[in-house]
Amino acid sequence: MKARHKRLGLILVGLAILGAATALVLNALEGNLSYFFSPTEVIDGTAPKDHVFRLGGMVEKGSVQRAEGGLTVHFTVTDMHKSVKVAYSGILPDLFEEGQGVIAQGKLGPDGTFVADEVLAKHDENYMPPEVADAMSKGEKARLQATAGQQP
Amino acid sequence: MQNRLINWFKYSSPATFYPVAGRLAPIFWVIAIALIGYGLYLSFFVAPTDYKQGEGYRIIFIHVPASWMSMFIYLVMAGWSAIGLVFNTRLSFMMAQALAPTGAMFAFISLWTGSFWGKPMWGTWWVWDARITSELILLFLYLGYMALVGAIDDRRRADRAGSILLLVGVVNIPIIYFSVKWWNTLHQGATVKMNGQTSMDETMLWTMLIMALGFWAYSIAVAMVRVRSIMLEREHDAQWVRDMIGEQA
Repeated sequence: MKARHKRLGLILVGLAILGAATALVLNALEGNLSYFFSPTEVIDGTAPKDHVFRLGGMVEKGSVQRAEGGLTVHFTVTDMHKSVKVAYSGILPDLFEEGQGVIAQGKLGPDGTFVADEVLAKHDENYMPPEVADAMSKGEKARLQATAGQQP
Repeated sequence: MQNRLINWFKYSSPATFYPVAGRLAPIFWVIAIALIGYGLYLSFFVAPTDYKQGEGYRIIFIHVPASWMSMFIYLVMAGWSAIGLVFNTRLSFMMAQALAPTGAMFAFISLWTGSFWGKPMWGTWWVWDARITSELILLFLYLGYMALVGAIDDRRRADRAGSILLLVGVVNIPIIYFSVKWWNTLHQGATVKMNGQTSMDETMLWTMLIMALGFWAYSIAVAMVRVRSIMLEREHDAQWVRDMIGEQA
């Protein structure tokens, strides 16, 4: 065994141990590294009760209601399984929209409404020109109509 | 086998690599300028507007290639360090040192452009989610490496200390890459996925790839220029440097 084989072995073993240690640490930290809680976690009580946390999910279609004469907005955040009502007064980011991802920071009120003091829009990984998006939503509608037609 | 080894080791000597690097640098400068120029033209005038983000999305043509390069250059540096530690080749350490400022620059560009995009799109300049925090750690690793190597006067010790720092820091790279998958983050998932599927318009994708190749060529060119001055600085007492300077004088 030459000296350089020994050094190579040492580096490989060192990296393997380091990798294993990191994997264990990350595994132990698990959810603590997550930036937000999903509505299911909030309803199931995994999210902290009395202090500030972040709630993330999709703004439910047709749920956005703006209060008259104020900045307060009410909407529902869902993960397609369970949903949480959110109240927020402030300026919403450009990408905030129904059916779009959102992350709200705030506290859970006594009535189960999440009172947010900051709302961020979460973008997805899709990039396409508007014509393509148009064509895709038309295609989706056609597909839905076709399946709806078959059902009765 | 023996022949091949000798051939490769020939280029690990600074005396032979110095002129090679000098010939490679201008080639890669030309490639870099051509690709980045064409890429920027595509970014601003050809690539279509995004259906949701409008024109602001065009920042990804810088942001994504810069982020890729910041991770890739780190891996290359760590690879050079490992080779240097195993084979005791001086040139490997010089290559790692030559790449560091470029990697740091790309990490910074990645964070900076991300911040510019984040303000209008997300509604915030900065958040401490897993992706953004681990990329910031990468920038600190680059700066830490440069500071460490610069702070130790004995070159051999400096190289070894820096190499170990680089190798330990390698664990951060998969964390950056997979952070959007492993945890809930504000940052979106990968658009260009490893399994070859892409959720992006084709023109946009090509623009991004051309920019990435341009950044790649730029990194090689600038590393070649920098490694030449590192070679001269470190080996100023060596015979080959004297011979060369004697020739020119």
